[in-house]
Amino acid sequence: MPRALVIDDSRAMRSLLTRLMTGLGFDTDSAEHGQAALDLLDAEGPVDVALVDWNMPVMDGLSFVRTVRDDRRWDRIKLLMVTSEASPRNVYEAMKAGADEYAMKPVTADAVAQKLALMGVPVPVAAGVDA
Amino acid sequence: MSPPTVPAADIAPADFSWIREFVRRESAITIDEGKEYLVVSRLTPVAAAHGIGDLGQLVDRVRSLPSGQLSGDVIDALTINETSFFRDVHPFRTLVTDVLPELMRTNAASRRMRIWCAAASSGQEPYSVAMAIREHLPALLGWDLEILATDISRAVLARAAHGEYSQLDINRGLPAPMLVKYFQRNGTRWRISDDVRGMVRFEHTNLIGPWAAQPGTDLVLLRNVLIYFDDTTKQDILRRMRQTLAPGGFLGLGGAETTVGAPTDYDRVTLGRSVWFRTVRRPSP
Repeated sequence: MPRALVIDDSRAMRSLLTRLMTGLGFDTDSAEHGQAALDLLDAEGPVDVALVDWNMPVMDGLSFVRTVRDDRRWDRIKLLMVTSEASPRNVYEAMKAGADEYAMKPVTADAVAQKLALMGVPVPVAAGVDA
Repeated sequence: MSPPTVPAADIAPADFSWIREFVRRESAITIDEGKEYLVVSRLTPVAAAHGIGDLGQLVDRVRSLPSGQLSGDVIDALTINETSFFRDVHPFRTLVTDVLPELMRTNAASRRMRIWCAAASSGQEPYSVAMAIREHLPALLGWDLEILATDISRAVLARAAHGEYSQLDINRGLPAPMLVKYFQRNGTRWRISDDVRGMVRFEHTNLIGPWAAQPGTDLVLLRNVLIYFDDTTKQDILRRMRQTLAPGGFLGLGGAETTVGAPTDYDRVTLGRSVWFRTVRRPSP
C-alpha cells in the first residue's frame, strides 16, 4: 500500500486530509508541523507523497519542503502543498523551493486525486466522494 | 382541501418523465431512469433563480413556454458537462508528444491547424489545449491556428469565453506552473491570460443540429459526451464527425468511450495509456 504523510497544525485539517488520503487507498500518517514530520521520516523512512500546509509553528511548510529537497534520502517523496495561501507569489515560491504541486484549501478528494495524477503518484482507489 | 403537493426537494414521477422527454427532444441527451436525484439537484437552483417554489410549477412553466428563457436554463442545467483542466492528464501528454506533431508533419505545407473542442463546457478543455501548445509546441503559434470551442449551453459558453475560474476549478487538474504563468488572481477568482484566451473561439453548437466546425478539421476532442446520447444519435454524430475531420485527422473520446461501443470505422491508435481514433488517410496517388 502506498504511504502518505499529512502535515498540518490544525487537528481538524489533519483528520480530514488523513480520511481523504485513506479513502484514496494510502496508508496515511500525520504530523503537526515540519519538524515532527522530519522526525517521522527519520524513524519510518520515506513516504510516497506528503501533503504540506504552509503556516505551522516550529517549522513551516516552506522550510520543510526546502529541508526535504536538500536531503537525498527523500528524493522520491512527492510534495503537495495544501494551504490557504493563495497568491501566485506563494505558488511560485513553493514550486521554486521544490514542491511538486500546489492545492488551495478547501480541497476535495477529486482535486487531490487530480493533483496526485499530475505528480505521477498512482492513486489506488478512484476518487468518487468529496471530502 | 388543497391537492397533495410534492416537496421542493423532490420531483413527481410524471414531471420527471416529462423532463426526460423534453431534454431528449431538445438535445438528444438521455437522462436514465432513476436519475431523479440528478434532475432535482440540477433544477432546484434554476427554480430558485426564477422565483419558482417547486419543481412541479417549474415543469408547468416549461410546458407552457418551451422556447422561453426558463426552458433554456433547464436544458443548460441538465446538459452541462463535468470538466476540469487537463482532464485525465494522459490524453494531453500524447496530444503534444504524438498527435499534434504528427498533424504538424501532415500540414507542414499549408501551416494550417484546425482544432475543435466539441463539448467545451466551461472552457477548461480548449484552454488546456491552448496552454499545452504554448508550453510544448510554440512553433504552432506562428501557424494559421484555430481552436474552436463549442457547447450546447450558451450560458456555459459565455462563462468559458470570460475565462474566469473559482479556486475549486483551479485546484482540479491545473498544474501549478501553468497557474503561475497563465492566470491572474482576481479576488477569490482566477482569470486566464488574454494570450491564452485569444487563442480560442467560442461558438454555440448543438451536436444534433448544424455544426460550427467546417470540414477539414484536423483534431476533434469529443470527450465524455457520446455517453449521454442514444445509440442511433451517437452513430450519426460519429458518421458526421468522419466527414468533418480531414483525412488522417484525429478524434479524442473520453476514457470510458474507448471500449464498449467504440467507433469501429476509424483507425484505433493507442499511445501509452490514451486511445485516439483516426480517420483513414487517402492513399497516396
